[in-house]
Amino acid sequence: MPRVLLIEDDRAVREAVALALRRQSHEVCAAVTGEEGLELLRSFRPDVVVLDLMLPGMPGLDVCRGMRALDQTLPIIMATARGDDEDIVVGLEAGADDYVVKPVQARVLEARIRAVLRRAGGSPADAGIPKIDTYGDLAVDRAGLSVAWRGEPVALAPSELRLLLTLSASPGQVFSRQQLLQAVWEHSYHGDARLVDACVKRLRAKMGEPPREPRYIQTVRGFGYRFVSR
Amino acid sequence: MIAFALVAAVTAATTGALTFREARTGVLQQSQDTVIKLLRTHVDRLAPDLAFPPREPGLRQLATDVAAAEPAGTWRVLVVYGGLRATSDPDDPFEEVTPALRRAVDSSRATVFQRVSTGEHTSLVVGMSVTFAATGTGFAAASGIQVFLSVPQRTEAAYVDELVTAVERATVPALGLAVLLALLAARGVLRPVRALRRATRSIAEGRLDTRLAVDGSDELADLSHTFNETAAALEESVAELRGMEARARRFAADVSHELRTPLAAMSAVTDVLDEDADRLDPDTATAVRLISEETVKLARLVDDLMEISRFDAGAAVLHLDEIDLAESLRSTLAARAWTDRVDTDLPPPDTVRGRVDPRRLDVVVANLVGNALRHGARPVLLRLYGDGTQDRAVIEVLDSGPGIPADVLPHVFERFYKSDAARTRTEGSGLGLAITAENVRMHGGTVRAADRPEGGAVFTVELPLRRDESDPESVR
Repeated sequence: MPRVLLIEDDRAVREAVALALRRQSHEVCAAVTGEEGLELLRSFRPDVVVLDLMLPGMPGLDVCRGMRALDQTLPIIMATARGDDEDIVVGLEAGADDYVVKPVQARVLEARIRAVLRRAGGSPADAGIPKIDTYGDLAVDRAGLSVAWRGEPVALAPSELRLLLTLSASPGQVFSRQQLLQAVWEHSYHGDARLVDACVKRLRAKMGEPPREPRYIQTVRGFGYRFVSR
Repeated sequence: MIAFALVAAVTAATTGALTFREARTGVLQQSQDTVIKLLRTHVDRLAPDLAFPPREPGLRQLATDVAAAEPAGTWRVLVVYGGLRATSDPDDPFEEVTPALRRAVDSSRATVFQRVSTGEHTSLVVGMSVTFAATGTGFAAASGIQVFLSVPQRTEAAYVDELVTAVERATVPALGLAVLLALLAARGVLRPVRALRRATRSIAEGRLDTRLAVDGSDELADLSHTFNETAAALEESVAELRGMEARARRFAADVSHELRTPLAAMSAVTDVLDEDADRLDPDTATAVRLISEETVKLARLVDDLMEISRFDAGAAVLHLDEIDLAESLRSTLAARAWTDRVDTDLPPPDTVRGRVDPRRLDVVVANLVGNALRHGARPVLLRLYGDGTQDRAVIEVLDSGPGIPADVLPHVFERFYKSDAARTRTEGSGLGLAITAENVRMHGGTVRAADRPEGGAVFTVELPLRRDESDPESVR
């Protein structure tokens, strides 16, 4: 039973979403404030967090950053009432794995939760062949789902890990943003490239890539991204 | 400005020229009258001494005497009688007397004169007939003797030269002064007019705080005053309108936003309601399904309202990416499971690429195709092609329905425009085509609707295929 931590200040929304998720056989723990949510992180130990962005007291963005500081690999889905482009991009850059714009139907949220959980614990497409690929300073353990940079483990959020695994599985191949969106986030709808761009940005930062001349994940102007193994 | 100066210059020059002409005519007339009068006096005095019919020595004597009568000694005299001729200076060829002048003297009893220029010198040539004293008949008879006189007009020429110099001396400063005054006057008139023109243009370009500096109290100052008052009134009205518009926009955005929270709760449980409806008694089940359906519609409407208010507030941003348009169109159909319901006529991969916002393009195509599937009839055709220059892509959505009535056609992209009662019951919010048009407009493209001659409607989107060198990652 996946454990979902729901942080939502509005009582009606909180109860409705909790009700819907429980019906989908999730174990739901609801928090009213960000502070409460951060506390529940230790005692409840959720598999996934659904985080409202507009919260009284501690803002949702700070809650997201705080959670990332405690646990790099915890899947976080942002639920935002503000669907403006800027809010979404800022939210993604704070470390969210995915986002939904309110109002959201329970089955859409459920699908996003399932997808993010698959990313966190599931097996990528080419798993089953236990091997560690080394690309210069970078070592990717496809079986153990871990990444090391100069021998030090790099903690990646589920989408970042999945993105790196997808790109590095076929070095040199150019993936369009649309392809990555489908492969990593399982988004069936078309065209939200901001997720991909924000995730690539975070991934590059964690891998210590120089921002102007990324070594591993390169932008192919007008097409998408590719992984270069050197 | 130049016109003013020209007028002044022409006036000054013309005045100078006219003055000169009048003065010159006066000078010459006077000297010529004096010469003729003198000659007449001398001839009248000396002619009676001449024997008649005259012989050559007599003629010479007359010529010499007449010439000598003028103390300055500048006179040259020719006396003619029939074939005889004698000059005051024996070797003088006297070329000034032309045949035309002789004929004139022959035919007239009056004095004939001519101004003759030989090279640099101008001479006055006078010719007259010597007549007998009046007889009883009262008529003076011509004696056949003709006297010609040539006087160099050096003094007069010098005088005229001096006159020219004087006129020049007088005219050039006058001319300068006139032009200067003209320029000053022009500045006085033209500067305010020019300032007014600049200010008008500035207002027209939207700088409503433009004002004119008013100095003086003439009509131009009045005009500037009026202009300033008009501009102030305009600025005030526009500020008021903008304020109202901003408040209206903020209200729409606030309302939509406030609607989201209750809708978020309702939307979250619609699936629960749908699932349980089967186990409820029929009336309750109908009610529950109705609530669920309407909640979904309401959620979509609020979404569309938010999007519209974003357009109105100028908060909508393009996230451009260079993509293959045909692939994008295919994805739009696939994502909505329309692939089987829509025929396509798309170019091969990578033939029509362009910098567009993929999400907005998706919204445009989904709206038009969805619209065709709802209001038109199948077959629905989605077509994409580049225009000849490859600068623009053309996307067409054709359906085979009843088409759009002529009175509706101009309004299809208006917000909440419903052509008839039947359409209000469809699932659209009434904002779809308005949002489509805004998205196309953001790309700098055009969208239009028309009826096909063979029936059905066609929506045509033309998009510019910008391919500049800006960074595709600059998604803000």
